[in-house]
Amino acid sequence: MFDFFFQLHPVIQGLAKGLAVIMVIFPLAGACSLAERKVSAWMQGRPGPNRAIVPWIAWIPFLGVFLQKLGVFHLMSDGGKLLFKEEPVPGHVNKFYFILAPALAIMPAFTTVAVVPFGAYFDAAGAAIPLVLANVDIGLLAVFAVSSLGIYSLILAGWASNSKYPFLGSIRASAQLISYELAMTMSVIPVFLWINAPGQPGTMSLAKAVEFQSLPGFWGGSWFIVLMPISALIFLISLFAETNRHPFDMAESESDLVGGFHTEYGAFKWSLFFVAEYSHMIIGSGVFVLLFLGGWNPLPWVPLSTAAQLLGITGLPLVVGVLSIVIFLAKVVAMIFFFMWVRWTVPRFRYDQIMKLGWQKLLPLSIANLLFYAIAIAVIQK
Amino acid sequence: MAVIPLERKPLTFAERTYLPQIASGLWTTFKHIFQPQVTLSYPEQRPAIPPGYRGVPTLVRDPNGREKCVSCQLCEFVCPPKAIRITPGEIPADQADRAHVEKAPQAFDIDMLRCIYCGLCQEVCPEEAIFLQNQYSLSGYTREEMVNHKDKLYELGGTLPDQHYKWDQKKTAAEHGNTH
Repeated sequence: MFDFFFQLHPVIQGLAKGLAVIMVIFPLAGACSLAERKVSAWMQGRPGPNRAIVPWIAWIPFLGVFLQKLGVFHLMSDGGKLLFKEEPVPGHVNKFYFILAPALAIMPAFTTVAVVPFGAYFDAAGAAIPLVLANVDIGLLAVFAVSSLGIYSLILAGWASNSKYPFLGSIRASAQLISYELAMTMSVIPVFLWINAPGQPGTMSLAKAVEFQSLPGFWGGSWFIVLMPISALIFLISLFAETNRHPFDMAESESDLVGGFHTEYGAFKWSLFFVAEYSHMIIGSGVFVLLFLGGWNPLPWVPLSTAAQLLGITGLPLVVGVLSIVIFLAKVVAMIFFFMWVRWTVPRFRYDQIMKLGWQKLLPLSIANLLFYAIAIAVIQK
Repeated sequence: MAVIPLERKPLTFAERTYLPQIASGLWTTFKHIFQPQVTLSYPEQRPAIPPGYRGVPTLVRDPNGREKCVSCQLCEFVCPPKAIRITPGEIPADQADRAHVEKAPQAFDIDMLRCIYCGLCQEVCPEEAIFLQNQYSLSGYTREEMVNHKDKLYELGGTLPDQHYKWDQKKTAAEHGNTH
């Protein structure tokens, strides 16, 4: 059925796949902004955005009203507004870097998608083939390396804006990112110590991490959040800090920095920052799901292969692939909801508290955690 | 007065990690998703106006349809932001049924861009002719539109019940020679 696709030049295949993924991520990031507004509203006892409607959809009974109340058309009106409104460039900014910064923000956010697997299917031999743009062994390292580049856009934006609040916001963002990067990296090392058993080729692949959560048996089938809860917790907290989300949104804390690093931005340039932030959230959630929440396995101790057997679709790689993507995306969406949920629960930290938490609590804890698991894994795997 | 030293308990380990508190906070916010919404969808749903509400100042007529204002200009003088401007006038000679009333305003303008809804005009009016009623939504495209002229003020005000019929009583008294 799809033979013609596999006969294309690999570069064209890669381009097509990349475009397909971007076509999913970009609207998904936009949808996140709407979901953020809706979830915020529900948690505050408000209906949220519920007015915009396209006339010919309003004619559909029930469904039209339901979609209007859900506010899905506000996504279009928001996007249209941001796209068509005037693009102001203040007179006091460094124009080149000012315009470069939003583009730089979006690039790492979309580049990391390449190494994040989002599903799997089984070939005739029963081996799981991950669905990923680039199934490279450095997987997670690439995610960490590239997503950290996103901070350059914040620094550039803050510096090019030539104004104090953006500058302070970008300084805070960079200091925060550096502080939490350490704890974050330390927290995932136990996972890869466990995966890279002696005598096997070394890998940092995220697909491999999922594979190790789909093994038979009690310990094999349990997700890593059960095996390594401290790692998962540190990774999750660091993820909030890395994506500049509440309660760590010091980079754009409205109450003390107006808008933070994007104070001077408006219209489409501002929305690029917005999309980049949500893309980081989506990718971060995806990595968390892959590492600790079993990836595309529907339930703990029920790997995808078992689920496919139960449903009787083992022989249909296309259906299994779609099922795995749906399961994975459902988990990512749940994580995004968790991000928004925490936003309305935990108040913003003070900056010194953030630094204290990062350096004095999470870093020692992650090192202790690493030592514990290094010894435990050495004993178990001998 | 005795000083009671209050012993402050040290935080337990669970409290110091914040995690139980965050979990209970998450539960609280989650419950809020399913609670009824408190929003009033404004243009479709209107708020209930409580009695004593101070809305847009209006001029009223008595149940006989007589305009009550006699253009004494007290409201104009008391108005703190000087929003009211009255041009006093005589009762037209051809209106015999109103001849017993002293005067009437020729023009009565309230500049709603200046009005602060303080209600002093209503308080000061000896004729009970100006009232701040329920009207709360007022908008316009130009400054001129935001000035309520006399006819607009009467249209907004309508007719309110009257307890005194002051000028009718004065007329009756005058016909009986002002005996008391």
